[in-house]
Amino acid sequence: MKLLDCPLIGRRPISEFDYVGEVRKPPVDCDTETWAGFVFNRQGAPSVLRERWYHRPTGYWFILDRDTLTDEVKAIVDHREVRYDIPA
Amino acid sequence: MSWKLLKYGFKRSHDEPRFFPEPKELKSHYDVVIIGGGGHGMACAYYLAKEHGITNVAVLEQGYIGGGNTGRNTTIVRSNYLTPEGVKFYDTSVKLFEDLSDEFDLNIFYSTRGHFTLAHTDSAMRTMRWRAEVNKHYGIDSEVVGRDEIGKAVPYMDLECAGHTPVMGALYHAPGSVARHDAVAWGYARGAYNRGVEIHQRTRVTDIRTRDGRVIGVDTDRGAISCGKVISMVAGSTPRITEMLNLPTPIEIFPLQACVSEPVKPFMDTIVVSGSLHVYVSQSSRGEMVMGASVDPSVLHSTRSSFDFVEGLADQMVDLFPFMSRLKVMRQWAGMSDMTPDFAPIMGKTPIEGFYLDAGWGTWGFKATPVSGKTMAWTAANDQTHELIEPFRYSRFADFDLVGEKGAASVGH
Ligand SMILES: Cc1cc2nc3c(=O)[nH]c(=O)nc-3n(C[C@H](O)[C@H](O)[C@H](O)COP(=O)(O)OP(=O)(O)OC[C@H]3O[C@@H](n4cnc5c(N)ncnc54)[C@H](O)[C@@H]3O)c2cc1C
Repeated sequence: MKLLDCPLIGRRPISEFDYVGEVRKPPVDCDTETWAGFVFNRQGAPSVLRERWYHRPTGYWFILDRDTLTDEVKAIVDHREVRYDIPA
Repeated sequence: MSWKLLKYGFKRSHDEPRFFPEPKELKSHYDVVIIGGGGHGMACAYYLAKEHGITNVAVLEQGYIGGGNTGRNTTIVRSNYLTPEGVKFYDTSVKLFEDLSDEFDLNIFYSTRGHFTLAHTDSAMRTMRWRAEVNKHYGIDSEVVGRDEIGKAVPYMDLECAGHTPVMGALYHAPGSVARHDAVAWGYARGAYNRGVEIHQRTRVTDIRTRDGRVIGVDTDRGAISCGKVISMVAGSTPRITEMLNLPTPIEIFPLQACVSEPVKPFMDTIVVSGSLHVYVSQSSRGEMVMGASVDPSVLHSTRSSFDFVEGLADQMVDLFPFMSRLKVMRQWAGMSDMTPDFAPIMGKTPIEGFYLDAGWGTWGFKATPVSGKTMAWTAANDQTHELIEPFRYSRFADFDLVGEKGAASVGH
């Protein structure tokens, strides 16, 4: 069975988690082309991806750096690290 | 044992002709390089040679012919899609498939079974009616059927699904078929080779060279080649190729798994798909139940299979076919699906001159093998995106002009 470490309660079966996808920062003030690129395009090649996960039983959201070639979790990332300001 | 076979066994040399030639040296130049020796790459090479007289072509395959998703798929061929552009495209493919055995003089075991997409909810029934109407409008044999008809056609299925999610009806598509995947790739490959195309297995493209926005050649692990045109047909490896050119795409790679049970007596001659339960099944000519589900939940560049897949699949499958709880799983495997946000492929010209893309085949690209080969060959030969694949063009995302096939494609093989 595949397992993943929930930062809150430790190792759990992967079926308890939802995958949300890459954590990205939207370009706020940009032209349509850049916006389309942000909406649709993805980092598709193997890499260490910073991604959001959700653990259903605890209702806990968290962020991982994961190698998408080896499936290795490299780091658990603090929410504050990916925070950005929305311009007024 | 026949006399001929016995005599053959005692012979010193066995001079059966090889299906494929021994590999030779790479030339320094080709007019067209095709990356990827799956069904799509082989079909494209075949039609380039056959329909456009372009034979100075090399197909470069990092592994062996058909060893990618082509040899891992569950071979469902159908055309009952949701959008007009999807229906027209896949219908052309189904028609090409029907004649392939004759065209190749090789049995591809094309077997027309009839394809049921079960609906377990009102909203699923609505989508089935919608699909049936679009299909009929384009002359495709497709209709909504009730529980009685399903029960008659698919014995041993529990229409109540153990009471959880009773089957309400289905979309029935009589032309739905299965075929032998390897034979499709081999048939195209032999046809291409006989017309002069070079096929190089164990040859990996490591970089694509451009000058002033034009393709001028590729680097491989066996040396560099110059060429005027490159067609990328690498399915689950597409982002690695487009990264060489800094060409952004929406493609994300998710593993897709499948398995077969031990063989049992033939009892089911149809293909059964349940979008709500996320599973599908057909019986192979050897009697095995060929089963699959949706893609794995997170991005991964890997062809490892997992216990979670079989467990999740069995959980749903046993609701549909209670007797299957007694069957053993014989083999399981995985491929890498190149998923797009609108469940439609990305095909045709790209912003880089001489670089053509055939990708975004996700969980549904086997059935498109003939039509993709044909339209991509036309596109590369004429340096113009073929009309049938225009809706699938690379620029549709920048134009906010997506295809909207998602409704018909969940567990959409
Ligand atoms: C489990 C599973 C079930 C499926 N079921 C169905 C189904 O029922 N019906 C359906 O229509 N579709 C189905 N599909 C999808 C279908 O298999 C694929 O969309 C289709 O086979 C893609 O064919 P292809 O020729 O484009 O790619 P592939 O067959 O994957 O070929 C691409 C080739 O490119 C090679 N390659 C990659 N990178 C390089 C490089 N750098 N240099 C040289 N060569 C390279 C690879 O080795 C590979 O052989 C399924 C897929 C899977 C995984």
